[in-house]
Amino acid sequence: MYAYIIRRLLIIPILLFGVTILLFLMISLLKPDERLSLYIKDTPRNEAVAKGLILRYGLDQPIYVQYANWLFGRQDEDPVTHVVTVKGGLLRGDFGWSKTGSDTIAHVIQRRFPATVELALWAIIPIVGVGIWMGVLAAVNHNKLIDQILRVFAIVGYSFPSFVFGLLVLMFFYARLQWFPPGRLSDWASQVVQAPAFVHYTSMNTIDGLLNGRLDIFLDALRHLVLPILTLAYIQWALLLKVTRSSMLESLRQDYVTTARAKGLSERNVINRHARPNAMIPVITVSGFTIVGLLNGVIITETIFVYPGIGSIAAQAAAQLDVLTVLGFTLFNGFILLVANLVVDVLYAVIDPRVRLS
Amino acid sequence: MASVDIAVSQPLDVDDLPASRKPPSIGKQLISNRLSVSGFILLTFFALVAILAPVLAPPLPNTRNPMFIPRDGFNLVPQPPGTAWDRTPPPLPFWWTAVTGLDHWTHPFGLASGGWDIYYGVIWGTRTAFIAGIVITLVTLVIGVLVGSFSAYYGGAIDLVMQRITEVFMTFPFLMAALTAATILTPLLGAKAGVGDAGLVTAGIAIIVFGWMGYARLIRGDILSVRERDYVMAARAVGAKDFRIMIKHIIPNAVFPTLVVASLDIGTYVVTFAALSFLGLGAEQGYADWGQLVSFSRGFITTLDLYWYMIFFPGMALVFFVLGWNLVGDAVRDILDPRMRKTR
Repeated sequence: MYAYIIRRLLIIPILLFGVTILLFLMISLLKPDERLSLYIKDTPRNEAVAKGLILRYGLDQPIYVQYANWLFGRQDEDPVTHVVTVKGGLLRGDFGWSKTGSDTIAHVIQRRFPATVELALWAIIPIVGVGIWMGVLAAVNHNKLIDQILRVFAIVGYSFPSFVFGLLVLMFFYARLQWFPPGRLSDWASQVVQAPAFVHYTSMNTIDGLLNGRLDIFLDALRHLVLPILTLAYIQWALLLKVTRSSMLESLRQDYVTTARAKGLSERNVINRHARPNAMIPVITVSGFTIVGLLNGVIITETIFVYPGIGSIAAQAAAQLDVLTVLGFTLFNGFILLVANLVVDVLYAVIDPRVRLS
Repeated sequence: MASVDIAVSQPLDVDDLPASRKPPSIGKQLISNRLSVSGFILLTFFALVAILAPVLAPPLPNTRNPMFIPRDGFNLVPQPPGTAWDRTPPPLPFWWTAVTGLDHWTHPFGLASGGWDIYYGVIWGTRTAFIAGIVITLVTLVIGVLVGSFSAYYGGAIDLVMQRITEVFMTFPFLMAALTAATILTPLLGAKAGVGDAGLVTAGIAIIVFGWMGYARLIRGDILSVRERDYVMAARAVGAKDFRIMIKHIIPNAVFPTLVVASLDIGTYVVTFAALSFLGLGAEQGYADWGQLVSFSRGFITTLDLYWYMIFFPGMALVFFVLGWNLVGDAVRDILDPRMRKTR
């Protein structure tokens, strides 16, 4: 198994290298003055000044030189003070300047990522719990009414674009019923959170609310999370339901399940102890897709619910054609996905002996 | 991009079965499957709407590109269904008076913020949806098949490199990647905006660039397995050239599962395209496109219940269109996958 994990680990740097090349090829499609944001805050309007800066940051040099500069950073001597600093450099954590976020891209990610993580963490609980529960329910009641209903639910849910679904729930639960507002916190709550007395342990309002002993903050944050979670969850439910159902049906037909039944075990025990554990193997693979689904889903969901995470700012940057900001987020997302896939693969190897032996 | 359950196994070798156990043909099974029939009905309905668009929603006379929605003023406040035309309306379709009893053209689905006629957009948007879904799927499929076959055909180091490249493209979440590509391509292709379809092309390319990987992997695997079959050996034995074997014997026999998976993905591509439009990167403003029509409601979050028609009509068109493709696709997969058949 360790050989398998190490092999997977070794592939990651190769992939990351490829990812940076692909992204840089995209960057090189931009005009040199648009690429200045990689190194400086404001692109000067004066053409001569811009030209000087392009020369200073080597944006007119061969593409491999520019790639190296982008990756490792470039020495920059200030023409007045002659102070030499290093500017840019992906490996130094400098993604460049985000016009949309009016800050460095690294800072924007740092500031907004906790909100997205909070949303994703809360969403995973109902997604996996309810999704698997529905799949098992459908398989156990195979071809009965409840199975048919769940199948229709899955296929309709799968066909429902998240932005239509999100706007419909917003229309009903917010505009009409005023139950669950968009945003991240109510006005009074964000004042409490921004006050110096409130300690930011994790920058996630639900957890910080509990740690600070403010149950009202926790509940307010949760209330804002309900609709985004629902929007993220329903499409994943459709997927998990389908996979769990077919895997569970497969498992229920196995000889060891018949044996368990023949031993006289209760149906509940047969399902919970014998059939379900083995049906979970494909489900774990699909859980990897859940992470992809969440990373995709937050773009639309955060945009609709005006939730200040990395998804909404990526969408905002895209709408303003702020390429460098979007690329920064893409790179970040790609990295998360690589790590997530590795974790899923390792988990898979731990659970399924067939994988590590092959 | 490939969906998760690409469990399309080899079709049953029906010739080995006794006649009584032969499964009915795919066509027969599709007809007898209630879900797929409703899918076909939905798709036929949308196809009719797309073909009859000029009759259902006549464009204004002298329109340069009928895909652009006519505007009735520039009122930022949406107007409810049934509002009469303020400006000169398009010609009255012949069926209108007979069906509604009105002698003047109205906005049957209301006006979106900015004076866009929602009905016109929904009707003509059907064409956009069909074009987006089918063209994007076809091009993506062709690229995937080419890359996958190339990789499998040459094997060795080239295969290894191609596989890594495929994996690099797969590293990104699909929507995020398509969003990125669209952001870069919009200014590059936008110069030709006068043509009017630039937005469509941009979003399409963006989706294709990050969509082909699943097909490339699938067909590569299938080619590697087909390559070992006896008839390929036989072709080789009679001295056929590698290229000929590839084109004549291997690809035709390996491409089928990939075709099925691609047909299952049409709905996903339509949704992704609409999502890009919704985020402001697909169709140009005013282009008949469901995603864009839905996006007009983004500015009215607090009063969505008053202006429900801005989401409802284009949103439902999108849902039923995608549902149609998914119902048919699901039935096809169930039928082609013998493992699934046993469970039914």
